Amino acid sequence: MSKRIDKILVMSSSPTPDGVAQSENAGDGSPMIELSDVAFGYTKARQILSGVTLSVPKGKLVAVMGGSGCGKTTILRLLCGQHAATSGRVKVSGKNIDEMSRDELFSHRRRLGMLFQFGALFTDMTVFENVAFPIREHTDLPEPVLHDLVLMKLNAVGLRGAAHLKPSELSGGMARRVALARTIALDPELVLYDEPFAGLDPISLSIVGQLIRKLNDALGMTSILVTHDIMESLKIVDYIYFIADGKVVAHGDVQTIRQSSDPFVKQFVNGEPDGPVRFHYPAKPLADAFSAGRV
Amino acid sequence: MSAILGWFAGIGERTRGAIARLGFASRFFVAVVKASGSTFTRPRLLIRELYHAGVLSLVIVLMSGLFVGMVLALQGYETLVRFGATEAMGVLVALSLVRELGPVVAGLLFASRAGSAITAEIGLMKTTEQLAAMEVMAVNPIARVVAPRFWAGVISLPFLAALFSTLGIYGGYLVAVKLIGIDGGAFWGQMQAAVDWRYDVMNGVIKSVVFAFAVSLIAVLEGYDATPTAEGVSAATTRTVVTSALAILAIDFVLTVFMFRGSVNG
Ligand SMILES: Nc1ncnc2c1ncn2[C@@H]1O[C@H](COP(=O)(O)OP(=O)(O)OP(=O)(O)O)[C@@H](O)[C@H]1O
Ligand SMILES: [Mg+2]
Repeated sequence: MSKRIDKILVMSSSPTPDGVAQSENAGDGSPMIELSDVAFGYTKARQILSGVTLSVPKGKLVAVMGGSGCGKTTILRLLCGQHAATSGRVKVSGKNIDEMSRDELFSHRRRLGMLFQFGALFTDMTVFENVAFPIREHTDLPEPVLHDLVLMKLNAVGLRGAAHLKPSELSGGMARRVALARTIALDPELVLYDEPFAGLDPISLSIVGQLIRKLNDALGMTSILVTHDIMESLKIVDYIYFIADGKVVAHGDVQTIRQSSDPFVKQFVNGEPDGPVRFHYPAKPLADAFSAGRV
Repeated sequence: MSAILGWFAGIGERTRGAIARLGFASRFFVAVVKASGSTFTRPRLLIRELYHAGVLSLVIVLMSGLFVGMVLALQGYETLVRFGATEAMGVLVALSLVRELGPVVAGLLFASRAGSAITAEIGLMKTTEQLAAMEVMAVNPIARVVAPRFWAGVISLPFLAALFSTLGIYGGYLVAVKLIGIDGGAFWGQMQAAVDWRYDVMNGVIKSVVFAFAVSLIAVLEGYDATPTAEGVSAATTRTVVTSALAILAIDFVLTVFMFRGSVNG
């Protein structure tokens, strides 16, 4: 524990906006996360994922992108063991998550940080207590150390001054950043970010992007970043997966994606309305749905 | 014919549902008890909930107790005066409160004041993924959120019931002695002579403890099991109040049957 704290103490708390720090300790390249042919549906009637295969090497920052409702959050939920895959394997550090015992799942989650899409801040606690929560629950740090640690995390997201506020007094983007500070409070080895950029202004967005990259490299984290922000992703991530119709439809490192001629990737990168990605949730043709169509 | 069959099937379905629910409640109860260690080793969690469930319910419970006692005395006088037994007023007020009204009415008030609040709070924490967030942080939400609220309810209600009875007796005294003019010595003296500590008071305490377990379990269960939407939480809150009320009255009947001796001061 103390070693990891030293590490973060060394880390500068105000990320520099220029250039991306390249991985100093990019890990040994063995996969931290492996999904092979994973299928999942919340109900039997509707499959959300049908055969997703992807892998994230240790120490890398990987983006998962795809249209709204394509199942990105669902993938993260499988990774933290909130739901079990209907078929296929979800492996973390070589261990199948469905076969983990209670204790193993506990220690997996202990090493995991998850930024929820909607923040999930504890509404009955202040910002400070929210960030302190995982530290209090899992360590016996003396109060002064804990205090400094929490303020440091808040400082990293620019919200040290908001420590005394309640979540109800925060703006959407501030809440996002507090949730981010809480997610990284214990310097997890594996971090899952569900839309960390949602609701951030361009300046905070770029700072948070740099922070995610820096954390990943300085602490040797492995990170999965779910986002719609393709431009920011291209700046900071190592590798990108595109999900559509319950499958991985394209993937590659930043260079490959930039130069890709894949219609899906092109549509996504350029934000074109027409292409393989559907904007609409599956439905009957419009003419059938409108009452006028039946006349 | 098929309508009758359907009717029976409906009853069967509902009975099965009710039994399944009871089974779920008992498993949940076991889970809560198993996860209760930290509630008592980290008193800060418990104290916060004791304040919310217990202290914040004080005003309504004390006020209601006072009024119920005063009404008891007024109504009791009407009856007692016909038999020339108005000096038994103290006994009437005290026994009604200690054995019956204290635990039952305090339980009903507690369910609607604190029970509904507990359900709504836990339900909203579920809706906003706070419980899921805890789970993912390797913190058991049953230990961290449910157990402290459960035990706070279990501890608070017996005290609230006792305070309800105390204020009720005082209200009865105000009306009987100060307003109507019954002899104060007779009021207190008869009460002391007729109310048995072990039989009357302890039975009342037992009732309030049983109600406390029932209401607290219903409140945390409904919150934890709520459908994670706004309607889901509102339905769960309503269910807490309705189920608690029915549970209190049904359990009260059963307990009273077992405690019934059929003799006076036997
Ligand atoms: N708890 C749930 N119960 C049933 N269906 C769900 C549930 N959560 C999500 N879904 C369905 O699963 C699909 C995928 O949801 P998911 O939240 O993974 O999408 P997403 O890719 O994260 O989308 P977005 O980018 O909008 O957050 C959606 O179509 C949704 O209807
Ligand atoms: Mg999502």
